[in-house]
Amino acid sequence: MMPLFFAVIIRDLRLARRHGADTLGAVLFFILAATLFPLALGPSPELLRHMAPGIIWVCALLAALLPLGRLFGAELEDGSLDQLMLLGLPASLVALAKMTAHWLTTGLPLLIAAIPMAVMLGLPQVSILVLTGGLFLGSVILSLIGGMAAAVVLGARRSDVLLPLLILPLTCPALIFGAAALDAISNGLPWIPDLELLGAFLGAALPLCPLAAGAGLRAAVE
Amino acid sequence: MSVIPLLEGDSLCVFRGERLVLSKISLSLHAGEAMLLTGPNGAGKSTLLRVLAGLRHPDAGTLLWQGQPVKDDITAHTQRVAYLGHQEALKPGLTVTENLKIYATTTGSNIAEALKTFNLLELADLPARQLSAGQKRRTALARVLLRQAPLWLLDEPTLGLDNATISLLGEALTRHRQKGGMIIATSHVPLPMDTTSHLDLPAAPDRAVMPDTSPDDWTWHEHSGTAP
Repeated sequence: MMPLFFAVIIRDLRLARRHGADTLGAVLFFILAATLFPLALGPSPELLRHMAPGIIWVCALLAALLPLGRLFGAELEDGSLDQLMLLGLPASLVALAKMTAHWLTTGLPLLIAAIPMAVMLGLPQVSILVLTGGLFLGSVILSLIGGMAAAVVLGARRSDVLLPLLILPLTCPALIFGAAALDAISNGLPWIPDLELLGAFLGAALPLCPLAAGAGLRAAVE
Repeated sequence: MSVIPLLEGDSLCVFRGERLVLSKISLSLHAGEAMLLTGPNGAGKSTLLRVLAGLRHPDAGTLLWQGQPVKDDITAHTQRVAYLGHQEALKPGLTVTENLKIYATTTGSNIAEALKTFNLLELADLPARQLSAGQKRRTALARVLLRQAPLWLLDEPTLGLDNATISLLGEALTRHRQKGGMIIATSHVPLPMDTTSHLDLPAAPDRAVMPDTSPDDWTWHEHSGTAP
């Protein structure tokens, strides 16, 4: 079963490499969107440093949404989803493999791109460490919840509109804890509890989201 | 030939929305047997194949494999079938070999051998987007071989194939049955195999009355038809 699981991930990574523009799209969107804020808010370093955690978190959240519509949508359109469901993997593991691939091709590049963005917005070094840690947990949560929502709306009409409406409220807790950790460190308060809460959120999402997504995929091929 | 058929469907019913697509379809298949599904468009041939593949649950009736209900372990059932749908399920950006790689992961089948069966070896490293419709169909047929599954479910397998490939397909089908494999195929044209049984699905009786599927059709009917 495990070789199949990894085979699905490798297939998706290979696809991501072939369609490099699609893969880079989310990261470029993230960089561009985050760059707009200094232009719109003015170059005051104090203001930007204060806003940086919120800007980076919200932009990363929105950027990670971009490829989600295609995550299962493309598979459903060309009939690949039928073949994936017949692979001999439980539907929830197929979903988890696709979520893992989404994190590797979107979450991880965003995480890396967030570091120069944080430097640009003037976050101090300690904060950048906390930001990276929080965003690591947050991006995994996003891939899980996003993958679940993408599987659930699969086959529905107007799913492109439905998708953000479903994901954004669900990811609010991650956004709150992630930004709160950075707020805490800039105010000299303990930031570990916020990251622990993020970790707990991840711990709940990790088993539940693939199960829900698996049910969504099963319903979609019916 | 064993007494219990390997695959048995007992009064399978499927609804699509409000419409009864399959009504009390029963079938049974022993090792080495082949069944041809025929029927007019919309009779539910493809739906029946999806039910037999375990992709869709029947709304009533049971599907048995060696006397055991399939729905008890749907994941195990998926490994017993090789399904060829309407769509080739190929990623245009991947080469033929890369497209097939995942299906050879657990079975350890030889991709080159499967490609050779359908005369695809020289296309092995070509991206799927450069293939013609018939070549894509051949690639999808090669995937059926790679699955090494006892039950082949083929939806219009000869679609877009040239005569030479149809005879290659006939050889593959014969070899599969000699090894004790089973085949259920739908086709509107004669298939290159001698079938042991034939199931003719009747046209859905309420088809003329009910609009087809999407709610869009409903509004269209309202506007065009009996306006108040």
